[in-house]
Amino acid sequence: MNSSNTYYPEGASFRSALNTRYRVASMWQMIFFSALLIAIISLTALLYNVIDGAFGYIAFDYKKDPATFSATPLPDLKKDELLTILKDHLSAGAYNKLDNEQPMLKRSQADLYSLFMERLIQIDTKQTWSLTESILHGAEIRAEVAKDYPGAKLEFRSWLTPQFLVSPMSSRAEFAGVRTAVLGSLWLVGIALLFAMPIGIGAAIYLQEYAPRNLLTRIIQTNINNLAGVPSIVYGMLGLAIFVRVLEPFTSGRLFGVTDSNGRTILSAGLTMGVLVLPLIIINAQEAIKAVPDSLRQAAYGVGATKWQTVWHHVLPNAIAGILTGSILALSRALGETAPLIIVGASTFISIDPNSPFSKFTALPIQIYQWTTRAQSEFHAIAAGAIIVLMVLLLTLNATAILLRNRFQRKY
Amino acid sequence: MKNIQSTEYAIETKSLFIFYGSFAAVSEVNIKIAKQKITAIIGPSGCGKSTLLRSFNRMNDFVPTSYVTGEILLHGQNLYNTDIDPVEVRRKIGMVFQKPNPFPKSIYENIAWGARINGFKGNMDELVEQSLRSAALWDEVKDKLKQSAYELSGGQQQRLCIARTIAIQPEIILMDEPASALDPISTLRIEELMQELKKKYTIIIVTHNMQQAARVSEYTAMMMISREGQRSGTVIEFDDTKKIFTNPKDKRTEDYVTGRFG
Repeated sequence: MNSSNTYYPEGASFRSALNTRYRVASMWQMIFFSALLIAIISLTALLYNVIDGAFGYIAFDYKKDPATFSATPLPDLKKDELLTILKDHLSAGAYNKLDNEQPMLKRSQADLYSLFMERLIQIDTKQTWSLTESILHGAEIRAEVAKDYPGAKLEFRSWLTPQFLVSPMSSRAEFAGVRTAVLGSLWLVGIALLFAMPIGIGAAIYLQEYAPRNLLTRIIQTNINNLAGVPSIVYGMLGLAIFVRVLEPFTSGRLFGVTDSNGRTILSAGLTMGVLVLPLIIINAQEAIKAVPDSLRQAAYGVGATKWQTVWHHVLPNAIAGILTGSILALSRALGETAPLIIVGASTFISIDPNSPFSKFTALPIQIYQWTTRAQSEFHAIAAGAIIVLMVLLLTLNATAILLRNRFQRKY
Repeated sequence: MKNIQSTEYAIETKSLFIFYGSFAAVSEVNIKIAKQKITAIIGPSGCGKSTLLRSFNRMNDFVPTSYVTGEILLHGQNLYNTDIDPVEVRRKIGMVFQKPNPFPKSIYENIAWGARINGFKGNMDELVEQSLRSAALWDEVKDKLKQSAYELSGGQQQRLCIARTIAIQPEIILMDEPASALDPISTLRIEELMQELKKKYTIIIVTHNMQQAARVSEYTAMMMISREGQRSGTVIEFDDTKKIFTNPKDKRTEDYVTGRFG
């Protein structure tokens, strides 16, 4: 019996079978490639959509002619001229209110100029166009404006400007900015970080290095894993019940002598966010600690180290890169969360910077959500601008995570 | 722990059983390890050699559910008494592992760290130099003490681990297949080093390499699964290395050392 030819195909039949194997392989390769392609297309569409909305033509008119206030051409107005104009034409009540927010004399020329434009001249936006429309149909848009809005000015406008970053909220989209929202988001993330990182890392160290491997530990571990998947709105409910209501004397700052606020403060929201990211931080830190090889622990124990010395001198320094990266990625989730903030009570309209943990607040996602629900198209344009700001903030956080990882990473 | 230097044995076990949960990995071990000699533990895989070795400095404590019955005596004192701190045991009984595992720190720090946490009050530079000399590594690394230990070769790393162990001046050094991850030349250097070290320290080495056991050790403990079905390892023969390799009493030992085993 010729055993070499009994069970395996040879020659032509082997080659035909091999071709079939290659065909199946290339089919799967195509499927995986399509999956990647779909992902790339979706991301590109998202980016296009955001950028498309943030730039474009705007047709507008001045409600009042600048010439009625001053003979000087608009952009050349000096600070003292602007001050006089504002004082003369604003009602005394409105002027005093502005002066209370920030003394008029201390404001910059740009600030006064935008106040002048916003309060007195009052831009009246007729229509806005997206970037694609503006580029592809520029001539038609000009013709349309000339026909429908005689006397209106047409301008190509970037809604994302330095002014947009530093201006507070306004009821007029043309003058609104994300300053209050960005500061609110930073406060939130900062409070969440201060609250969740020490607790999360501590819990991870205990679970990984100290906790006995028994039923109770397994139950706790399973629950932490599940908590990481709980919808954020549930954390919002928790925050409302615990931080806003039960701990109100603390979160409103009444215990510290703050009198003019209720529990719906930036502190409540930050703590809610902290609780939200806590399971993520614990899990990420646990993974980082798990990745430290056991041989290192044994080496330390072998020279007579105590558990604490082993953890402090060897496990933590070697896990710190992973812990920081994981924590930062968890915080970037906090930066993008909206639902819990709505429940905890973010302000929908606020133009005063948050200046203490007991301030009222708004945050970028809230601001974006709010602007997109407005009917006027110019609000959708600034929402697109705010989305870009949010994405840049997120990318900055993630880039920091990568930098930290590269900086601290060690090889075994 | 009291420092009584009277016994000629470094360590002694009395009806020692080592359990993982309800499973006795090692049972009924009664051996006396001679002072300042090299004792080898040999036997097939899974017979409990490493488990036995690790019980000597309580490294098995880190395995959940593990416990021992019987006694392991150091200076007449049971290492598993409730008033004995395992950290103190590991300070007296150092360990070198199968895979070189230096700390991801500088060569200098690898030695200084163990000394520092144990409250060393002498001159650290001297200790580092002396330990590296004792481990026959000084000449190779004296110009790069600040470099990472990971830049050393595998054999150098293992000698660094030995230097780190002798820096805390233990009485006994346990070696768990210290040369199994090394090439023959590095292995030879480790073996030569062991001959130097036994002038001061008692060495217990687990090895799979029978030639190595025959070359380096004075005494050999032959371990094997005791009874079929129970999978529990025990020392079936413990004698002079020469006797074990030339004239063993037990048929199973003879089969194993001559390579005729299953």
